[in-house]
Amino acid sequence: MIDIPSIVSISFRALRVNKMRSALTMLGIIIGVGAVIAMLAVGTAASKKISEFISSIGSNILMVLPGATSSGGVRMGAGTQSTLTLNDADAVQRECPAVSEVAPVLGGVAQLVYGSLNWSTGITGTTPSMFTAREWTISSGRLFTDQEVRSAGKVCLLGQTVVDNLFGALDPVGQVIRIKNVPFTVVGVLEAKGQDPGGHDQDDVVYVPVTTAQKKLFGTSFPGMIRMMYVQARSLEDMNAAERQITDLLKQRHHIGSQQENDFSVRNLTQILQASEQSAKMMTILLGAIASVSLLVGGIGIMNIMLVSVTERTREIGIRMAIGAKTWDIRLQFIIEALILSLIGGIAGVVTGVGTAKLLSMLAGWDTVVSPLSVLLAFGFSGIVGIFFGFYPAYKASLLDPIDALRYE
Amino acid sequence: MALIETEHITKTYRLGDIALNALNNVSITIGKGEFIAIMGPSGSGKSTFMNILGCLDKPSEGKYILEGIDVAKMGRDELAAIRNKEIGFVFQGFNLLPRTSALENVELPMLYAGVSAKERKSRASEALARVGLAGREGHHPNQLSGGQQQRVAVARALVNNAPIIMADEPTGNLDTKTSEEIMDLFVQLNEESSITIILVTHEKDIAEYSRRRILFRDGIVVGDEVSGRS
Repeated sequence: MIDIPSIVSISFRALRVNKMRSALTMLGIIIGVGAVIAMLAVGTAASKKISEFISSIGSNILMVLPGATSSGGVRMGAGTQSTLTLNDADAVQRECPAVSEVAPVLGGVAQLVYGSLNWSTGITGTTPSMFTAREWTISSGRLFTDQEVRSAGKVCLLGQTVVDNLFGALDPVGQVIRIKNVPFTVVGVLEAKGQDPGGHDQDDVVYVPVTTAQKKLFGTSFPGMIRMMYVQARSLEDMNAAERQITDLLKQRHHIGSQQENDFSVRNLTQILQASEQSAKMMTILLGAIASVSLLVGGIGIMNIMLVSVTERTREIGIRMAIGAKTWDIRLQFIIEALILSLIGGIAGVVTGVGTAKLLSMLAGWDTVVSPLSVLLAFGFSGIVGIFFGFYPAYKASLLDPIDALRYE
Repeated sequence: MALIETEHITKTYRLGDIALNALNNVSITIGKGEFIAIMGPSGSGKSTFMNILGCLDKPSEGKYILEGIDVAKMGRDELAAIRNKEIGFVFQGFNLLPRTSALENVELPMLYAGVSAKERKSRASEALARVGLAGREGHHPNQLSGGQQQRVAVARALVNNAPIIMADEPTGNLDTKTSEEIMDLFVQLNEESSITIILVTHEKDIAEYSRRRILFRDGIVVGDEVSGRS
């Protein structure tokens, strides 16, 4: 019945009459939508980075560290005491039912040499469990085996950064590199993981069997010593049980009484990271909420201009009513005008927002991720704002008395 | 059957404690095809009566029967529909939409009647041709003379084939020669298409074009004379 396309063209004409005013009104929406998209882009990038790191760490991970040494009252910090051994790691694997994987870690920094090239990096001795727990796959070659761990085989896995620095475009698998003058055969290359949130390159690593690290690379002060262990619990719900079982087991193994301080500590890595992921998400919501306020202000701008417009065009409304415009004919005309303002503003705002996000990442070096959802959300919201704030002026216009409106000068 | 019948119409305005009767007990019958001039000095109630006849206003009391239907009790939208289909308005100040072409101004009543865009265009050009404005479809009101603007308004009143045209001082802003042209147009529409014309004026020579004159004073009808056209 109501001819929407005709009303739309009438609205466009009315908006063209006051180009400057229409443009300024849209500016409010443009800034609002743009701010929402840009803010969400910054926030989303932050939480995405954290979640990526969580998945690069692996899920449900606990870290077991040796305790702090104290010498003459000076405490040296966690991990300085050499209390954890490979046997502890085996025991945890064997006796804690909530634990699925245990990866002992013993490492240090050493110089790698291949041909005429050399490179200094962190060498980590561990077991294949490490890669299961951290969900880390290889891009070529193979992992080292449990057999190679038992026999202290001179094999190693390289991270992508090490490959780039020592081999360039060559295939490193099967080549022999020297670590501390010990020849190691490269058996595989690990999938690239990128940086952790601290900016640390997770691909600048070399992994060797833990036994090899103990015997050939980093001779330890007493046999079987390891620096820490990565423990993966069977599930998120098993995290607390695993923590308790490990604590009880190690207390018993290390002969620690109930009154004594533990010579090791268990850290729930997943929990810590999830907390920071949570706070990043909160930050995103907060940024989005602040930006939404500007969208709201833009909406109020639309209402303001539409009210002025209704007053200015009282006579026009009177004419339309006299020749047969019904309540909803008049309302729709003004609602559609408000909607056009907000939707065009919304489109321009999306462009502005995406542009701002790009500019932020270019100039300030911030990571930004413009998610389609945030674009849809901001654009949809601008439409709702248009209808919501356009309704009252339209309602007011439709209630005018035709006689008074016709007489209005 | 009478086209328009008012029974004891009263319109009361309240100004604070004082009740002002703009119309008092007006009963009038108008037949189809009549050409009526409603006359009276300002404040006599003729414009109020016109607004009620035009369904722009409602009487405080009494009945207004238009084509057998009592419209005094109707709501806003029902009255809008009646204005759209039964009545064409011509005003003193033309009341065309500014920055809108003559054609689009004439199309407007059909827009609210739900006529398709194509039919609107052809019927609007027809109506413009009928009032002698063929070829001026694209002109905006500010590009047209007063007489031409009023012709556009007449075309707009005609375009929905309304049986009644109500004209409120249609020549008030026009010079004598143009006034005569517009009045001749009304006479032509009345005689050739038997459209009922109701004219509000305070000018005697304009009223001379009508065949029946109703005289208002202080809200009551004081004269109702039928005469031939001079």
